[in-house]
Amino acid sequence: MPLLEQVTQSILAGNGLQTQDVDRVMAVLLSAPVDAADIYFQSSHFESWSMEGGIIKEGSHSIEHGAGVRVVSGDKTGFAYSDRIELPILLEAANNVKAIVRHGQQARRQIEVAKSWPQLYQPLNPLKSLDDQAKIDLLKRVDSETRKQDSRIEEVMVSLIAAYDSVLIANQDGSLAADVRPLVRMNVTVIMVENGRREQGSMGGGGRSDYSFFLENDRAFEYGREAVRLAQVNLQAQEAPAGNMTVVLGPGWPGILLHEAIGHGLEGDFNRKGTSAFSGRVGERVASDLCTVVDDGTLVGRRGSLNIDDEGTPTENTVLIEKGILKGYMQDKLNARLMGVKPTGNGRRESYAHLPMPRMTNTYMLPGQSDPEEIIRSVKKGLYARNFGGGQVDITSGKFVFSTSEAYLIEDGKITRPVKGATLIGNGPDVLTKVSMVGNDMALDSGVGTCGKDGQSVPVGVGQPTLKIDGLTVGGTSV
Amino acid sequence: MQNQEEINRLKNVVQQLLDEAKQQGASGAEAAFSVDNGLSVSARLGEVETVEYHCDQGIGVTVYFGQKKGSASTNDISSDSLKETVKAACSIARYASDDEYSGLPDAELLATEFPDLDLNHPWDINAEQAINIAIECENIARGYDKAISNSEGASVNTHQGTRVFGNSLGFLQGYQSSRHSLSCSVLAGSGDAMQRDYWYSVARDATALESARQVGEKTAQRTIARLNARSLSTRQCPVLFAAEMASGLIGALIGAISGGSLYRKSSFLLDTLDTQIMPDFVRIHEQPFLRGALGSASYDSEGVATKARDIVSDGILRSYVLGTYSARKLGMQTTGNAGGVHNLTVEPGSNDFAGMLKLLDTGLLVTELMGQGVNRVTGDYSRGASGFWVENGVIQYPVQEITIAGNLKTMLRNIVAIGNDVDLRGNIRVGSILLEQMAIAGE
Repeated sequence: MPLLEQVTQSILAGNGLQTQDVDRVMAVLLSAPVDAADIYFQSSHFESWSMEGGIIKEGSHSIEHGAGVRVVSGDKTGFAYSDRIELPILLEAANNVKAIVRHGQQARRQIEVAKSWPQLYQPLNPLKSLDDQAKIDLLKRVDSETRKQDSRIEEVMVSLIAAYDSVLIANQDGSLAADVRPLVRMNVTVIMVENGRREQGSMGGGGRSDYSFFLENDRAFEYGREAVRLAQVNLQAQEAPAGNMTVVLGPGWPGILLHEAIGHGLEGDFNRKGTSAFSGRVGERVASDLCTVVDDGTLVGRRGSLNIDDEGTPTENTVLIEKGILKGYMQDKLNARLMGVKPTGNGRRESYAHLPMPRMTNTYMLPGQSDPEEIIRSVKKGLYARNFGGGQVDITSGKFVFSTSEAYLIEDGKITRPVKGATLIGNGPDVLTKVSMVGNDMALDSGVGTCGKDGQSVPVGVGQPTLKIDGLTVGGTSV
Repeated sequence: MQNQEEINRLKNVVQQLLDEAKQQGASGAEAAFSVDNGLSVSARLGEVETVEYHCDQGIGVTVYFGQKKGSASTNDISSDSLKETVKAACSIARYASDDEYSGLPDAELLATEFPDLDLNHPWDINAEQAINIAIECENIARGYDKAISNSEGASVNTHQGTRVFGNSLGFLQGYQSSRHSLSCSVLAGSGDAMQRDYWYSVARDATALESARQVGEKTAQRTIARLNARSLSTRQCPVLFAAEMASGLIGALIGAISGGSLYRKSSFLLDTLDTQIMPDFVRIHEQPFLRGALGSASYDSEGVATKARDIVSDGILRSYVLGTYSARKLGMQTTGNAGGVHNLTVEPGSNDFAGMLKLLDTGLLVTELMGQGVNRVTGDYSRGASGFWVENGVIQYPVQEITIAGNLKTMLRNIVAIGNDVDLRGNIRVGSILLEQMAIAGE
């Protein structure tokens, strides 16, 4: 397998280690009666460029590498890491972490996992996909094209980010798995002023690709046009309504609803511990029968996709909710083993310096039958929310929020006027039972999502068709 | 207590990096090196759950070629890697634009006095001892009341680090600091009625931490108090932000008067210097030299001397929060706030929490906020909230699944009172804040 050889060469040999050395560290970890052990090697290259005030203002570059060693015994985990990939340091770390294992449990081999998997992205180094002058030129062109869109534009900020991440995962059965993960992102923010009123619009995108992604289909310039359009809409926005009302969510990025309302609550760790509002509810109705929701790490080139997760398990398309019925949870190895189910390829970590846990990949709802315009027409009075900022959830009470950044009133079946950003709040276990129409216009987001959990950030994707929810609380100021 | 030998080791690396930058042709450079070691343990349902050993280091350099700037960082301090890092920064600087405002701080503003701020108190504790504290804390929370039904566990964290900063103007300083915390989170109720809450204590010196008993009991009390929460009908009413939520309001204010927001014109407090932005009883000041406090520092992230100063007094905005670049952009002088504020303190009023509840009389007490619904450009504010409904100064019942909304410009002006129940667990020190009125959306 050339990829495995390439990564082994760069991470191990590049630091003067051989695969036998990995075996020696693993032998120390396995000298205690553990259920599982792994060593995670990582090398990351990152760069960012930013433009504001019409000039290239900043650029930064970073290289980091390190290794984390972990043992798991029952539900107990010992973990240590170092930024020095050196044998004595890894051996010492292994000796430290195995001390957590005090109760003699039988060493077990892990569940067999596939040894090959499709490549969802190329092992490209995006930092080298354009020369630096070409990156600068792209930023400058996006900046000047965006400024031409509207005379009310006061400031444009454009940023370009790329990461090139190589990981090598050694598991207790002696297997080695490798992945090389490119990730790019571009963002355009526009500040616009009219009659002393100042508003902002922001748009971006990206994926597991190189910089050529932004040149395809005019994407980079489209972000600029979209940022301008959003700022224009916000300049017209009036006070948002307050109270419980029918809400129609647009396709794509509004799928952040699924991420917050049900996604986190269906992560294996919370359900194993019984701390999620969804605990013990597999087989129960948690959504209307129009709703089928999946977490799919196997989409080609998407921001949330992975060939293998950070425990070496190939990612899957996992059905979370099928026609309204809760089907299962997203799992890493530890929680899968303790719950007696299979890992689903959702074991993710921010870096070698963090412990893996069940995390989402790309979470979306499958398309329904309704024409999106028919959905709008069916609403007498309500809110149409087309774009969102971030969200958050309390997985125990099930309460979740997400905040609109582009929304309109619906009056008598028509979209009338734009309203200011407002937070929507609902209850995860019942919000999807109020979905009364699902559009046929399923779309994924443009590739900007980052999910935070226990202080760890990972890139994710979301998506959905247009949805009608009969009753969600809208947090405007117009009481 | 400062280990000078370790500080000198880091200083040598920083100097090496600055020399290398000069070697490669940079007209100016600054570099920072930090090393952090720590231990985190957690216990759940009476047994250890995780033991994590932390060991991080990072080094970053910014180079200037005239008015062009480039930055690079790495966690590999081998001399080859340092050379490569400087080279990467220089390469970026070549492509950056000339920016007349860019450059090192004015030499005369760099800190020259470095008092001992009493920030370093390493905790001599091993994993076993830390686990025992976590188990004790969680046991107290779980045993507090039979309503406690489950647990997310308790954790003990201890970190100790060394930071060195230097620049080509001859500034080269370092210090060591520590930070320890104890936290706990439990659940009460079951099924649809399940609730969770947490409490934590954090300090530079472990002896200043709340005890396992205090943290455990407070966690349990907070969790139980949330049981049987209901929504509210949509309305306007007065809102009291509990101290731990009030720091977010003040944080939004600081964000809006920070140089970056101002020169980008993305602030709802643009051009408000020397104007009334809050009621005249409000004073907000910075206290960088408090011994042992979490936000203390004698210089900012550019080496500029920090100052004890008023940011708001008599409700009037007296000063922005600036670093060198944003100050030059605005035609002003840096306020020593590159990297943020230092022990920002809102002068407490005369009421304790009970007194603040009486002042609230009838309205909403907010103890948790959700989401990021704050627009820094317009000041529009809309966030998910939970807390308690209060009548005649007495808590009636817990509330959840509501939003609170307003505009920060008005909210800041409509502060009715600030409590003396100051939360000292962060860099912003403020008591509870009572606002005259906000829009509540609910069922």
